[in-house]
Amino acid sequence: MEFLRPANLAEALAAKAEHPDAVPLAGGTDVMVELNFDHRRPDALLDLTRVAELAGWTVEDGVVRLGAGVSYTRLITELGEQLPALAMASRTVGSPQIRNRGTVGGNLGAASPAGDTHPVLLATGARVEVASTRGTRMIDADDFYVGVKKHSLAPDELIVAVHLPVATAPQQFAKVGTRNAMVIAVCSFAVALDPEHRRAGAAIGSAAPTPRRAAEAEEFLAAELPWDAPAPLRDSVKRRFGELVASAAAPIDDVRGTAEYRRHALAVLARRTLGWAWQDYLGSERTCA
Amino acid sequence: MRVNVTVNGEARQADDVWEGESLLYLLRERLGLPGSKNACEQGECGSCTVYLDGTPVCACLVAAGQAEGREVRTVEGLADGDRLDPVQQSFVDAGAVQCGFCTPGLVVAAHDLLNRVPNPSDEEIREALAGNLCRCTGYEKILDAVRAAAK
Ligand SMILES: Cc1cc2nc3c(=O)[nH]c(=O)nc-3n(C[C@H](O)[C@H](O)[C@H](O)COP(=O)(O)OP(=O)(O)OC[C@H]3O[C@@H](n4cnc5c(N)ncnc54)[C@H](O)[C@@H]3O)c2cc1C
Ligand code: FES
Ligand code: FES
Repeated sequence: MEFLRPANLAEALAAKAEHPDAVPLAGGTDVMVELNFDHRRPDALLDLTRVAELAGWTVEDGVVRLGAGVSYTRLITELGEQLPALAMASRTVGSPQIRNRGTVGGNLGAASPAGDTHPVLLATGARVEVASTRGTRMIDADDFYVGVKKHSLAPDELIVAVHLPVATAPQQFAKVGTRNAMVIAVCSFAVALDPEHRRAGAAIGSAAPTPRRAAEAEEFLAAELPWDAPAPLRDSVKRRFGELVASAAAPIDDVRGTAEYRRHALAVLARRTLGWAWQDYLGSERTCA
Repeated sequence: MRVNVTVNGEARQADDVWEGESLLYLLRERLGLPGSKNACEQGECGSCTVYLDGTPVCACLVAAGQAEGREVRTVEGLADGDRLDPVQQSFVDAGAVQCGFCTPGLVVAAHDLLNRVPNPSDEEIREALAGNLCRCTGYEKILDAVRAAAK
């Protein structure tokens, strides 16, 4: 095995072009488990932790460009205001030790249907910036996930950053687990209000072969939310929204939960998080007025 | 490969390190520092917790090569000679150590918490220690130890 230690992004991309089989290594919280248990014996490891270009974030024109190598801990402490739902999702990842190392780039690289950041990336319309020696391209979160633990990167590409709009209205993320800390999601859900475009993003995790948007539920909200005459939401709207979210799921029965339970739990998560987000929105509208 | 790393303030070097090896293996088997314990090798138990450049991490999930040129502080590095760190002493005093397997990781995690939050609430203690498993103490004594060390 080789251990490649590029000092900057250009070197990293050159290394990946030369060794397309090299496994990128960020926080290592997924990769090292596989190595420790002999589940993977790559020809080379490509350590990205020295690549400064991946380790920071910037905000420009209302968009956060979040470097692939920024840890969850930093995201939570530095970007809670700009990216509330992503910060909420990050708070539910593993333990402090895992959050100190784990990254959104690594969550995307692993592309597990249960990854906690995915529903947020989908609901907020995030884009993934990937690069190779051939150039840079942007992939919509919607097109990023292509199968169970499969993403749409070419073998010579690396994830460089994630672009997310700065939140202009309340967002929520919620996860069901078998206990409070250190659990992989039984199912998860994110909702993001976008008053400017009169729409709301909604997406589910751990309830289909890939994380996915709940498109019908989004359309329903776009039509039903009383953006212009803000008023408390009718229960029937929240309930219908929950049903539509649940119907977007294609869950399986596994050790963590049955498919039926996942559908039920998603409907509940969707109803509640929409209620919270809309309540916050009403509150902020009133204080502005 | 060769790895150079500063451990508990001392420059150390290890040769013939396998590229897929963890920092935990490097510390225990190559550098003779068995304080950090190997229990799960999957980030679940926290008994291998060490500081890497000042941040608590699971040493089992860091590739040895990622520690090149960096600074590691293990539970062995918390004591000042024969004088235990207050967190270590308080684990002893509170009876928070039974078999002791989880203790090094818990001590490092608690040490970090008290550095950041000198007077943590019970909630904060529980959250900070959520990645550390103990199969012996039932956690009450551990919570007592952290509360006492905070004083
Ligand atoms: C105890 C424990 C608890 C966990 N709990 C959770 C949880 O609650 N929620 C959750 O979502 N996850 C959880 N995880 C999984 C893991 O922490 C996350 O998926 C994390 O985001 C991975 O990030 P990393 O930087 O450690 O990735 P790594 O392990 O370094 O990499 C993960 C994958 O991404 C690839 N990769 C990394 N960076 C790049 C890049 N820049 N370009 C291309 N590919 C890249 C790697 O090759 C690998 O395939 C847990 C893991 C452990 C060990
Ligand atoms: S041995 Fe590292 S967390 Fe258990
Ligand atoms: S004292 Fe035995 S595992 Fe904690």
